[in-house]
Amino acid sequence: MSSFQFERRAAVARLLGDRGDTVVISGLGSATYDLAAAGDTDRNFYLWGAMGGAAVMGLGLALARPDVPVLVLTGDGEMLMGMGSFSTIALQAPRNLTIAVLDNGLYGETGGQPSHTGAAHGAARTDLLAVARGCGIGDARHVTDEAALDALAARLRDGGDGPCVALIPVDPAEAERVLPLRDAVLMRGRTRVALGLEAGV
Amino acid sequence: MTAVLDRAEARSAEAWPDAIFDILKRADVRQVAYVPDGGHARLIRAVQAEPSMKAIALTTEEEGLALLTGASLGGERGVLLMQSSGVGNCINMLSLVKLTRTPILILVTMRGEFGEFNPWQVPMGSTTQAALALMDIQVLRTSSAAEVPEVVQAGANMAFAGGTATAVLLSQRLIGAKVFSK
Repeated sequence: MSSFQFERRAAVARLLGDRGDTVVISGLGSATYDLAAAGDTDRNFYLWGAMGGAAVMGLGLALARPDVPVLVLTGDGEMLMGMGSFSTIALQAPRNLTIAVLDNGLYGETGGQPSHTGAAHGAARTDLLAVARGCGIGDARHVTDEAALDALAARLRDGGDGPCVALIPVDPAEAERVLPLRDAVLMRGRTRVALGLEAGV
Repeated sequence: MTAVLDRAEARSAEAWPDAIFDILKRADVRQVAYVPDGGHARLIRAVQAEPSMKAIALTTEEEGLALLTGASLGGERGVLLMQSSGVGNCINMLSLVKLTRTPILILVTMRGEFGEFNPWQVPMGSTTQAALALMDIQVLRTSSAAEVPEVVQAGANMAFAGGTATAVLLSQRLIGAKVFSK
């Protein structure tokens, strides 16, 4: 395992620099603040709860709109709660779904307790990419430098042969909180309008 | 094990699952997510054979709520099929449905309420309706094959025309208590 770590805000800004029509769903906690810090748009959907649901919510959208790139931006703790999603996503195999896990190895929102992916656990740590591969995700990649991050950004825009899970190791330092919308009806409506739908029902 | 499954399917091999399928098709439902149940076996097969619908197997029921919230965000209607024990797995994820006001229809085959042999089904089966109601999901219930179409259609109308997340409980009396062969 590489010890390289990104600064999370810089990594997210670079990943989304040329996002085009991508809809981004962020997992609760730091990933939601990171997405907000990169700039609010109608195509951002911020989760503030529903822990474990981000990836599979992305799946539902990706299946409904194969013409739209979908990024799920989440953290290691949120992803650990929804690992079964990898199995569900692999069977559906949407080419337009990318899941980027910002892995700081801890629960930043609740006091920095080590998560199961934390390096401190040594050989006992959970390898989320190995889990994803074991669940049938063919493109499970470790993003260890800026070139790999740019390649992920390109894959996000262009799609691939199937879904992609990317692990982005990030510095455990907490970034300043940027608090976006919490009204989920408003978020749902604005994203639907951006996708050419009516806001409601 | 095979004998048990065959019997479960034989009991559901009546017209009501086909009536549900027709209602979902007419309602333009595109994503049908499920954790398998014997009572839903015939409906799941029909969905799998229908090109306009995606049959989406889940590893746990709460995935289906997040999945269908995403589907609806993108303009596709969804239905979630599960057994009553799965309702317990859904509780926190129902926050997402409630806060986004996502119109979904949940069809629950009941266990643990009528002639249940397996006591492990009873704690959740006996509290399914209350658990859904606690999370603000509207609940309809049907116990006879004859009224299934009317009740499921009512649930579909509430969900997809009215935008009210609704669950229809298909009672164990309708489906038949599972018979375990020794």
